[in-house]
Amino acid sequence: MVALRARKTNNEADQPSSPVLRFGADKPLKLDAGTLLSPFQIAYQTYGTLNDARSNAILVCHALTGDQHVANTNPVTGKPGWWEVLIGPGKIIDTDRFFVISSNVIGGCLGSTGPASTNPATAKPYGLDLPIITIRDMVRAQLMLVEHFGIEQLFSVLGGSMGGMQVLQWASSYPERVFSALPIATGARHSSQNIAFHEVGRQAVMADPDWHGGKYFEHGKRPEKGLAVARMAAHITYLSEAALHRKFGRNLQDREALTFGFDADFQIESYLRHQGMTFVDRFDANSYLYMTRAMDYFDLAADHGGRLADAFAGTKTRFCLVSFTSDWLFPTEESRSVVHALNAAGASVSFVEIETDRGHDAFLLDEPELFAAIKGFIASAARARGLGA
Amino acid sequence: MRQASAHGPEKLQTFRIGIMRQARAERMSVNRAQRVDLEVVADLIPPQSRVLDVGSGDGLLLELLQATKKVDGRGLELSQRGVNECVARGLSVIQGDADKDLQFYPDKGFDFVVLSQTLQATRNPKLVLDELLRIGNRAIVSFPNFGHWRVRFSLLFNGRMPVTRDLPYSWYDTPNIHFCTIRDFVNLCDELGATVEKATALDANGQRIGFSMPWWFWNFFGQQAVFLLKR
Repeated sequence: MVALRARKTNNEADQPSSPVLRFGADKPLKLDAGTLLSPFQIAYQTYGTLNDARSNAILVCHALTGDQHVANTNPVTGKPGWWEVLIGPGKIIDTDRFFVISSNVIGGCLGSTGPASTNPATAKPYGLDLPIITIRDMVRAQLMLVEHFGIEQLFSVLGGSMGGMQVLQWASSYPERVFSALPIATGARHSSQNIAFHEVGRQAVMADPDWHGGKYFEHGKRPEKGLAVARMAAHITYLSEAALHRKFGRNLQDREALTFGFDADFQIESYLRHQGMTFVDRFDANSYLYMTRAMDYFDLAADHGGRLADAFAGTKTRFCLVSFTSDWLFPTEESRSVVHALNAAGASVSFVEIETDRGHDAFLLDEPELFAAIKGFIASAARARGLGA
Repeated sequence: MRQASAHGPEKLQTFRIGIMRQARAERMSVNRAQRVDLEVVADLIPPQSRVLDVGSGDGLLLELLQATKKVDGRGLELSQRGVNECVARGLSVIQGDADKDLQFYPDKGFDFVVLSQTLQATRNPKLVLDELLRIGNRAIVSFPNFGHWRVRFSLLFNGRMPVTRDLPYSWYDTPNIHFCTIRDFVNLCDELGATVEKATALDANGQRIGFSMPWWFWNFFGQQAVFLLKR
């Protein structure tokens, strides 16, 4: 059963359900690690129609464990797309008006080249032989996808968390290609505390004997226990103390009294165990290592001599940043420092902090104020871009 | 609007008539549009200017300016509710504090920086005004005049901090911690080396007070003042 599941994930990595764009030896991906990735592939989804002027494209960037299945049923989980509340026909991001592109990031495990993909040099999964991937590498690959569609300038780039990092990287690396940018619940760098949480997750994966130094596929195993623990720890950081208490309190799970043992007495324990278990069914452990590392390495100011404003010098992109009051992974101050840098760069910027107790994950949920901000921002940007109402 | 303030005593009769007319008009004053000062501010801004509205509130001025002057407008607003409403309406507004966040804007990044009805609520009005003059080629400041006769009478006859229709807060819960009079403000401009290019006083009806009137008249009957400054 474990082997079967392992194979399935591996298949989605090499032969995904999504369309795939393959780049051969003539078009390698230049990596920040100093090497070239070639050949490589990008798995993507699109929604809506690209207009004749190719001016209505919106790129959606996914978070740490997200994927390209933004607004369609996820082929692995069978669940709705992760941003279907926001994106679709007649929705806030209206696919009747806009051409929405989303791709699996490089280093991911749902069809873009990542550690679970087959290394053509060895005919085995890359494992840790894949060079470290950075946020900028992900964005470079996305640019190649966007160019494939013949799109000179994206009308908008949006995403939350790690997706928001990609948005900031896009706006910094390719300002002329980004008309508007919506980085949500994110920051221009990963904080020490965030790196610390990620390290806990990585150590949990690597401590699992089934990890086998990253070569678990070759052993017909997967480090499910370690990855589940990593997910459980991370999941806590996506919520808030208030939300946890509101949802679970000290309620007991299917029992009248404490059992005086280490079974999941409390609902919160049972919930986290469930989160961990379902996660390993859909995500590759090595990919989790690569994704967390990419976020840890992200520091946009450091790439510009320590001055974040220089990352956006002369930008004409219109920005809208959103943060959530109870997000302790990317607290409002992280967004505010980006806003200050954008002000210093003379950029057009809106910034909304939304009052909610739902923590970091609020960006994935039905948050009316978030939707109102996105709607207003997109509408005014569309007017400025001449995309009509 | 006034460009100069020299007036001779021969105008005394005009003042007397003016005073009586003002007093009568204010007795009859009703709920005219509360923020007439916004129209006065808008009149000072040429089309297509780059404008930063500090204390943009619900975005009324920015919307007015975008609709009538096609300006490139940005806002800075303290209240989260105000900001969220503005952004939902497509305005470029960020949440921030005039006392803390103006330092992040570059020198002369805007043609006009507007501070409307906010100066009196800042912690350090002198510093804020200094920042406005740094960030904008010109600064436009509107504020309630604490020298208005209603305020003076309230203090004089009631012996209590004035609570009027336009300044409805009690002393203990007011956000307005640094009131000034028109004359105080002119002095501050002098201290900061700012030139008053134009000034307008509005009476309680939101009517512009005749430019032929002297400063003391403005200071007595002006309920609000709007200044265009340059440094």
